[in-house]
Amino acid sequence: MLLNRIVVRSIGRLLTRSYATESAVAHTRNAGEMAFTFAAPYQVYYNKANVKQIDVPSFSGAFGILPSHVPTLAVLKPGVVTVYEQDGTSKKFFVSSGSVTVNDDSSVQVLAEEAVPLELLDPAAAREALTQAQGNLSRASGEKEKAEAQIAVEVAEALVDASK
Amino acid sequence: MLAQPSRIVLTLSTWNHQHTRGMATLKSISLRLKSVKNIQKITQSMKMVSAAKYARAERELKLARPFGEGAQAFYKKAEVTAPEDTNSPKLIVAMTSDRGLCGAVHSNVGRVIRNNLQQEGDSTKVVCVGDKSRTILQRVFANNIVLAAKEIGRKVPTFQDAAKTAQAILESGYQFEGGKIVYNRFKSVVSYATSEIPIFSINAIHAAPKLSVYDSLDSDVVQCYTEYSLASLIYYTMKENACSEQSSRMTAMDNASKNAGEMIDKLSLTFNRTRQAVITRELIEIISGASAL
Repeated sequence: MLLNRIVVRSIGRLLTRSYATESAVAHTRNAGEMAFTFAAPYQVYYNKANVKQIDVPSFSGAFGILPSHVPTLAVLKPGVVTVYEQDGTSKKFFVSSGSVTVNDDSSVQVLAEEAVPLELLDPAAAREALTQAQGNLSRASGEKEKAEAQIAVEVAEALVDASK
Repeated sequence: MLAQPSRIVLTLSTWNHQHTRGMATLKSISLRLKSVKNIQKITQSMKMVSAAKYARAERELKLARPFGEGAQAFYKKAEVTAPEDTNSPKLIVAMTSDRGLCGAVHSNVGRVIRNNLQQEGDSTKVVCVGDKSRTILQRVFANNIVLAAKEIGRKVPTFQDAAKTAQAILESGYQFEGGKIVYNRFKSVVSYATSEIPIFSINAIHAAPKLSVYDSLDSDVVQCYTEYSLASLIYYTMKENACSEQSSRMTAMDNASKNAGEMIDKLSLTFNRTRQAVITRELIEIISGASAL
């Protein structure tokens, strides 16, 4: 009789202990949230923010990232990143290059080398940059110079596309 | 008369004692006073300059911190670990600058790297960013230095500088399996901590336990990713180190000005005392001469 009571009491204590640890674990992210960090070297746009969706242009194709997206790594292509926030508004940024990381705890890091809100782009300046880059490409000699000029042309073309 | 020169030599070396001959030391004290006042002006202006630079560096560091933390996030989340083998080639990047008079910033980094090299020196190579780390390490560990970057510290570090450094490291041909960046992490105006950020090679990433969770990774993407994250981490540590250095220089120059001020007070007192002693001696000579008549 006494043994039963002791066993019941110890089981009860065990149950309460595991209950406490369970609630500690549940502190991590809920299924529908993501921690989105979008930063350039000199500017940070989102830091561990919770947004609905992000569209990124990458060399392996443009794709959208929602919470619980499969973890992946990608390299950014010059283009437009669109961020859809929780209240339905969307913000667009032009990025020149960088990397995208989606981790398994739904944290997303978009680290761009240069990122600027689309509103700040000037179409005329973008077109001028494109003609200049194309001129440099035709004048370039040597593999490294040609590759750098080609990169400049790609970025300028994306700029013109984005600023239209 | 002839005895004067030796007396002057004696008095210059014992100018603290009360029995010195006043005549010779008055000039030396006033010379010293003038030079210490100049030094105080210089250190005060250096403090103002570094305070301005520190304000800007702190602002930019605040914006660069999410960038740097994001660059480290993948390696943490995928649980990439350094290779266990202690003989595998490693790379240490020493983050310092060219300019001194900034407290213990450079010597702290140098000390950490020196201890590291003493323990496992043969397979580790060092990239010295900034002349100071090069001077600290090249006396004993000249064989371990593979690259040295100069002209750091004059201007604000940009991503361009970090990209150039990363490019040079990758083009140097040194294949490393793992490594770290040693820098000073900025904590507050009065404190910084010498810390390390690990850098991983492509092999280490492929050996990570959680890599299979990541979808659609081809070797091209992983290589681009490691190159970009190396540049990002170098940029982030450059920013942190610049901020720590400016705050440390501000504190050092402030202390130097205070010390110079104390020295000026002490010297002024000694000067006045000596001046009065000289006048008293002259008076005594005159009076004793007059009374002899």
